[in-house]
Amino acid sequence: MTENEDLELFSPGHRACAGCGEGTAVRQILKIAGPNTVATICTGCLEVVSTGYPETAWEIPLIHAAFENSASVASGVEVALKELGKKEGVNVLAFGGDGGTFDIGFQALSGMMERGHDVTYVCLDNEAYMNTGIQRCSSTPYGASTTTSPSGKYSIGESRQKKPIAAICAAHGIPYTATASISHINDLKKKVKKAIEVDGPAFLHVFAPCPTGWRHGSDDTIEIARLAVETGVFVLWEAIDGDICDLNVTVKPKKRKPVEEYLKRQRRFGHLKEDEIAKIQAEVDKKCDKYGLPERG
Amino acid sequence: MSVKITIGAINKKHGSSKEYKTGGWRTMCPEVDLEKCISCYKCYDYCPDAAIKKTEDGIEIDLDYCKGCGICGNECPVKAIIMVKEEK
Repeated sequence: MTENEDLELFSPGHRACAGCGEGTAVRQILKIAGPNTVATICTGCLEVVSTGYPETAWEIPLIHAAFENSASVASGVEVALKELGKKEGVNVLAFGGDGGTFDIGFQALSGMMERGHDVTYVCLDNEAYMNTGIQRCSSTPYGASTTTSPSGKYSIGESRQKKPIAAICAAHGIPYTATASISHINDLKKKVKKAIEVDGPAFLHVFAPCPTGWRHGSDDTIEIARLAVETGVFVLWEAIDGDICDLNVTVKPKKRKPVEEYLKRQRRFGHLKEDEIAKIQAEVDKKCDKYGLPERG
Repeated sequence: MSVKITIGAINKKHGSSKEYKTGGWRTMCPEVDLEKCISCYKCYDYCPDAAIKKTEDGIEIDLDYCKGCGICGNECPVKAIIMVKEEK
């Protein structure tokens, strides 16, 4: 797709768990962004696994910020580059996990989008605080068992629905918002390219399964990401200028698979009984209706 | 091991994680059958550890870094990669 296709800007030797979805995501994103990129990361799995001092897995300039301010540091980088007259041809990427995006870094992210900085913010979503030991987050889906929303006699696990972060970001009226999955790499790459090319803020919500926290085999990571798309649990779309009423669904499965196929592959949902699965299915059906996805096959 | 910390903890050794070989983590090891490989490079695309190299006859797995997750074997459309127990 680009001249950087065979460049590895996210080096091996990083300490991500075997089968970590984030490894695949960051590798592919940097292939499109290329070597003329400055990145910021906040606290999270990605920081912990890739920047164990004195080593770094990054082949591009990287600034590690605190948990809440990947977006604000990236804003500063962008302004500094502009002031120095060096912004031309340089991409600024901000990376955050779901904790650093949905919860802790949200106000910094909202500010970055509102001020209109030319930054592409990438949220790598593994649906809980994974590196600290699988604590629930506002990205954790309904029914998932985590260490702070454990399933048991009186609990079905996480009791809240996942926060629709991409729609919230799009509502800021930013030029480009998209959701992507590591299972659909061409779709992901196209979206990264568009996000970088627009002038102004762009937000990418990238779905990256976590074998450690979701309790599935390390070899199943991509398959589970694909099932999330095929069941309609995670819908791949893009919105231009924040127009969420007229968004473009980029991957439409011909027939939607029952959500049970996605849930039963992960032990974090292993406790769910039929009635709970039906409830989740009903929620997914409602959402897919809204996005114009086909009926369940 | 003592580590000298630079001012601002600035690390100029880009990509230095390569000094650490994650191959030692492996319990399962990928075995490639190049006769079957159709060079679709799905394994290369999906590998989280950049441990798969494209070659003229297909692919080559860098066992210095492969953690043995098995994604490549699972995603290979022609079953050219199988996972076998690692022998130490």
